Amino acid sequence: MSTTATANPPAGRSTRSPGGRGPRRRPLLGTNPIGLLLSAPYLVFVIVVFAYPLVFAVYMAFHDYFFAAPGAQVDRPFVGLANFQEVLSDPAVIRSFGNVGIFLLINVPLTVVLSLVLATALNKAVHGRTFLRVAYYVPYVTASVAVVGVWLFLFSGSGLVNQLLGPLAPDPSWLISPTWSMPTIALFVTWKQLGFYILLYLAALQSVSKELYEAASTDGAGALRSFFSVTIPGVRPATVLVLLLSTVTGANLFTEPYLLTGGGGPNGASTSPVLLMYQKGIEQGHPGTASAIGIVLVIGVLIIAFIQRKFAGGDES
Amino acid sequence: MTRGQNILRGVVLTVGAVAFLFPFYYMIIGSLQASPDSTPGGAFPNPANLTVENYTDINSRINLMRGLLNSGIFTGGVIVGTLVFGVLVGYALAQLQWRGRGVTFALVLLVQVVPFQLLMIPLYVMIARDYGLADNYLGMILPFAINSTAVIIFRQYFLQVPRDLFDAARIDGAGEVTVLTRIAIPLVRPAILTVVLLTFIGPWNEFLWPFLVTKEASMQPLAVALANYISNVAATAANPFGAVLAGACVLAAPAVLLFIVFQRHFVSTDIGSGVKG
Repeated sequence: MSTTATANPPAGRSTRSPGGRGPRRRPLLGTNPIGLLLSAPYLVFVIVVFAYPLVFAVYMAFHDYFFAAPGAQVDRPFVGLANFQEVLSDPAVIRSFGNVGIFLLINVPLTVVLSLVLATALNKAVHGRTFLRVAYYVPYVTASVAVVGVWLFLFSGSGLVNQLLGPLAPDPSWLISPTWSMPTIALFVTWKQLGFYILLYLAALQSVSKELYEAASTDGAGALRSFFSVTIPGVRPATVLVLLLSTVTGANLFTEPYLLTGGGGPNGASTSPVLLMYQKGIEQGHPGTASAIGIVLVIGVLIIAFIQRKFAGGDES
Repeated sequence: MTRGQNILRGVVLTVGAVAFLFPFYYMIIGSLQASPDSTPGGAFPNPANLTVENYTDINSRINLMRGLLNSGIFTGGVIVGTLVFGVLVGYALAQLQWRGRGVTFALVLLVQVVPFQLLMIPLYVMIARDYGLADNYLGMILPFAINSTAVIIFRQYFLQVPRDLFDAARIDGAGEVTVLTRIAIPLVRPAILTVVLLTFIGPWNEFLWPFLVTKEASMQPLAVALANYISNVAATAANPFGAVLAGACVLAAPAVLLFIVFQRHFVSTDIGSGVKG
């Protein structure tokens, strides 16, 4: 994802001793072949849990895959792009991608702006830093399932939010409204994840040079001006990361529509592609279709990530 | 810095803190209400409307202790796997020269951006159907067994240790295993707490995967049991919100308490470097 760490590999103790003792051949497995042994469990883990399933997902998407008893020999014919054709002509699938688009349009900008503003304010705060830090991270460390309970209570028809809004409350209420259900979910996820992004920005802010702020202030820049001219360019690598991670998190949306809107209601107005993958792949037993949705989703995320890098600046610190 | 800016910053920070903490406060209040009171007045404790009934109610619907135990085993398994294998690979990546090290490190970075949801269906087919590990702790733990962010934190940590320390031990005749157990592992101890905290959050709060592989109520982690309660049974309870919120408090408490107690070890720079690689 980033090149930060690869840029400073462990101070390479060369396998050849310096000086003119002639070139010494590097052993086949390196000077410390035990390293391979120590890493073997991790490599097996990556192959079993990531590499093989990834290939398997692509395989299923191109085949008429169905569940069968373990060990049974069944014919699962190659169907080419039929799964993709089915997926892309299904209005429910198109709708779910549209929903995730709405989600990202609300969630991503809100996340970047709020986490940067709060991290900047927190970075300069003198009093109560520890308290504030804890307050901001608590939603992030809590299970979605737990906080969903409170949001259901807060945003229910006669919930506190509507009581406070009085006549301004939307009807039908937030989570059962075709218009408001997706924005409410986007707001929930922004709130839930913000602490993590504040943490990333706080780390990035430590590396913005103090001298730049001093120089800006000598040149007569106010706080606002130096925020725009020093802070924002200074944390750009973190912004690229926050954009990427919040997009990926958003594309993986499942728990929130499953619980907050009772499985993507009303009428599919808050269905997410992953929710459809679950319904089609596991509940209805069409893993091929589900994998095709997954592949379309990943391609979509890659395109968005590529565009973001193009515009936000791809070069990491 | 002018006075106005200081005040503005204070206001921003306070509004933020209230927005983050109020739902938690409301969760506790709601879990103690005998009948749900969603008027603005209900946000304050009302002695006439307080009860612990909701906790006994939710406990009769879902076995809270069993749920906590399952969550604990699931989380504990992931933490043990991450600590044991993460330390080994972190050490190998930082301090040893071996063929394939570069590729392995690239993999550690790469797996962090592979969306789990794409792997969900094939993993389900493999683990629940082919290996027959549905309703099994091993099946729950396997996809999370080694946290790659933790591997990066261990690697960063070992990079800070001067290599001469290890070389000196080797010159004194220590074998690779002795170097690892007597020098490397004791040195990395301070990083362990950070890794435990970071790793804890994932499986404790994870919903989708254990939800897929556990159908038996007695095997479900608390998050799954509570989610099933929210989506199926809540409507039939006398005070559905109260019971849900009571369950939510039980689920949230361990993570929140752990984080508050050890928040100093959850440092921004560690996590930042871990995520950025």
